Amino acid sequence: MNAENLVFWVSGTFAVVGALGMVVSRKAVHSALWVAFAMINIAILYFTLEAPFLGTTQIIVYTGAVMMLFLFVLMIVGVDSSDSLLETIKGQRLLAAFFALAFGGLLVSAIASTQASPSNGLAVANAGYGGHLQALAKLIFSDYLLAFEVTSALLITAAMGAMVLAHNERWAPKKTQDQMQRERTLGNHITPMPAPGVLARNNSVDTPALLPDGSTSVDSLPTAFRGQGQVEKINAIEEAGK
Amino acid sequence: MIAALIGLPLLGATVLLLGGRRTNAWGHFLAVAMSAASFFVGLGLFLQMLGKSEEEREIGQHLFDWIAVGAFQVPFGLHLDQLSIAFVLLITGVGTLIHIYSIGYMEHDPNRRRFFAYLNLFVAAMLLLVLADNYFLLYVGWEGVGLASYLLISFYQQKPSAAVAGKKAFIVNRVGDVGLSLAIILMFVTFGTVTFEGVNAAAGLADSKTVTWIGLALLLAACGKSAQFPLQSWLLDAMEGPTPVSALIHAATMVTAGVYLIVRAHAIFDLSQTARTAVVAVGAITLLLGAFIGTAKDDIKKGLAGSTMSQIGYMILAAGLGPVGYVFAIFHLLTHGMFKAGLFLGAGSVMHGMHDDVNMRHYGALRTMMKITYVTFGLGFLAIIGIPPFAGFWSKDEIIHAAFGQSLFIGLATLLGAGVTAFYMTRMMAMTFFGEARWEDDVHPHESPAVMTVPMMVLALGSVFGGMAMLFLGDIEHWLEPVTGFAYPDHSISNAVLIPVTLSVVIFGAGYAWLRYGRRPVPLVAPTNVSLLTKAARADAFGDAINEAVFMRPGQYLTRSLTWFDSKAIDGSIGGLAAAIGGLSARTRRLQNGFVRSYALTMLGGAVLIALVLLLVRL
Amino acid sequence: MNPNNYLVLAAILFTIGAYGVLVRRNAIIVFMSVELMLNAANLAFVAAARNTGTLDGLIAAFFVMVVAAAEVVVGLAIIVTIFRTRRSASIDEASLMKY
Repeated sequence: MNAENLVFWVSGTFAVVGALGMVVSRKAVHSALWVAFAMINIAILYFTLEAPFLGTTQIIVYTGAVMMLFLFVLMIVGVDSSDSLLETIKGQRLLAAFFALAFGGLLVSAIASTQASPSNGLAVANAGYGGHLQALAKLIFSDYLLAFEVTSALLITAAMGAMVLAHNERWAPKKTQDQMQRERTLGNHITPMPAPGVLARNNSVDTPALLPDGSTSVDSLPTAFRGQGQVEKINAIEEAGK
Repeated sequence: MIAALIGLPLLGATVLLLGGRRTNAWGHFLAVAMSAASFFVGLGLFLQMLGKSEEEREIGQHLFDWIAVGAFQVPFGLHLDQLSIAFVLLITGVGTLIHIYSIGYMEHDPNRRRFFAYLNLFVAAMLLLVLADNYFLLYVGWEGVGLASYLLISFYQQKPSAAVAGKKAFIVNRVGDVGLSLAIILMFVTFGTVTFEGVNAAAGLADSKTVTWIGLALLLAACGKSAQFPLQSWLLDAMEGPTPVSALIHAATMVTAGVYLIVRAHAIFDLSQTARTAVVAVGAITLLLGAFIGTAKDDIKKGLAGSTMSQIGYMILAAGLGPVGYVFAIFHLLTHGMFKAGLFLGAGSVMHGMHDDVNMRHYGALRTMMKITYVTFGLGFLAIIGIPPFAGFWSKDEIIHAAFGQSLFIGLATLLGAGVTAFYMTRMMAMTFFGEARWEDDVHPHESPAVMTVPMMVLALGSVFGGMAMLFLGDIEHWLEPVTGFAYPDHSISNAVLIPVTLSVVIFGAGYAWLRYGRRPVPLVAPTNVSLLTKAARADAFGDAINEAVFMRPGQYLTRSLTWFDSKAIDGSIGGLAAAIGGLSARTRRLQNGFVRSYALTMLGGAVLIALVLLLVRL
Repeated sequence: MNPNNYLVLAAILFTIGAYGVLVRRNAIIVFMSVELMLNAANLAFVAAARNTGTLDGLIAAFFVMVVAAAEVVVGLAIIVTIFRTRRSASIDEASLMKY
């Protein structure tokens, strides 16, 4: 078993494991990490396939940029929310498994049915341009120049699109601190708004404030709400809400 | 001047129909005035015609080109000749008398103005019919009188029976009208023209078969309008209309339009022996059928209606005899117009005095209460049964004479008809004016006002002297000869033999009726244990039953099956297809469940399929 | 080594990615599965390029990466927008466009 074989079997197995891990993880963060793992292994495979430029790009663009973008979005959406793996659409999982197996089986059988010829290798192709990177550069900036330029337009459009989509239109002028202060104390709110820095899910008077460690503070409740098991009930509600 | 004949009553009708209630107070006077004015115009034209030599008597008036499409040229032209003027005088004369009579008869009717408007409309349409100089324009008048007849039969529109009778008359007339339109179409195709002049000139050149077909189509038209067999069924129901209408339209004028048509188209009939034979057959059948129906009717107006059918049968028969008969057909038409109008007006007068009761079994002994009506009706009676020297004798005798000249059977049929006529008319006379009073309670017979009796008297004078005047003073045979042609009948049986024979048949019929109805009491309710023949006569010789069995029920069945087929098979298949597609769509729509993952699954399924196909094709 | 092994690996990864798209409900994980499928395709491109001894497969893989990056940017922006209005990243909840 030569080095290439070893790398293929190890990294290939890892890539499959990463992919499966992504599919079966309940938490999205775990999925993201699994897929990043799979992508790094695929990058290693690129190296063995005499494509060091793509391998590098794979690591930088995919595991570096794309997957980090995923993680950021996950943080916006909620890191700790976990997916229920119970299937809601009738027969979806069974049919999906059947079709996936059928598809994979068809592809594998099609590949297996072809006569395997020894690999040509890229040495000859690279040599014509005086090196691998030079060869790629020459191709990108000559034969594929138009496609390359179009991708630049695509990227700009995508950036613009993302900005437009994620942008929050402001419908009213931004309030000054002075205004906010007045609203809090003199405004129409029956109860005061939570103080800055308080992470509150609601502002009802019977909601206790959170202490820095995350526990509730009984002292923050009005005295009328203390006693008769009210605080315990509130605590139970708070716990259930997590 | 000719146009004024039509224009005056048309103006009257227009004013009355468009004027609305404002004309209620004086509308009937306007109608009478218009009709009378038209009569005087007609009289003036008649006198003018008398003053001219025979060749110059025919005058025309071209008003405008009505239809000018390629070879199809229809002028709106009027044409007045000896035949037309006779009709004009009959229509406007009798029409004016009946207008006057209607003032009294319709005095208490809330829709009197409408009635007079329709009467004027009728007079205008009828005049257009007899004054047109081509068949196409004649058709307009033909339909116009049909419309007026329909409107007037169903004049008491609140009565369902009147409304139905109007519709029946309209529909049966349509059958005849198809014949007229076919005839006009055939004429145009064959001769290239529809004017009387052109058709008369070209008739001799045409194929004899085509001419026969045109003649038969014209006969169909005449049958419809003149209530001849087999289209006779509407006339008896038409008696639902007001009595003046029955007198004017359904006795004196409109129903004789068929006779006019045949005489007017004599050029066609002269050339086709087959068509003439058919006309004679129709006339003979109807003359006996109508008389037969008349013998059993207790309704005085229906009895007279049967009589009208029978008398028009005489005219049609005479018209079918060819040049020997045309003149006598018109002669009988004119005398019949007078005495039958008089009889109908008399019947109306009787009804007027008897609370609109038409059942003769409730009459009796009215001669004392209604003297004028009795006398005028009696004169009309003598005229119709053909007692010399009253009007009917001269005309009917000529027809019987001509019929015997044609064939013995036809002659015997007319002779028998004369006897039956005498029978039913005597029966009517006896039941109405003689015997004991069988009046209903609270009925107090009284004589009608002068506005009604005067027209009756005038018509009675016509019944007495009309025949003699026309025959001896007017020399009607030679008066009409330039238009219709004339040939003396074959004198195989001389008048010296025929007149006594006819008279004895008439007297026998009258005497038998007098024995049965004048000398014996008449039961109040019609006896039911009667012979089959009487039952048949009461049921109008099963005319309605035959129509219903042969045309109506199969038609209804066909319509029902077509409706069923349409709603079940056609609508069902189309609707079923739509419902099937709709149902299928409603089910396949469920595939669009909104879940992206389901759609993705479908995509993957498709990809699997494509891969499979690719592999299979390659392998 | 049999060069087809890489292709078989790519097919397996692609199938796993497709399965992930079908069974996961979290929009972000579905997106990751799509990315995995793209990677599998890239792997096939690169392996095929080496087998044939041409560089065009590498260029294709390169462009796929660029396009995938653009797609991720827009897709994630859409997910964020949906999350902002619906408070959920489940793709099953955005199922109003139906019969």
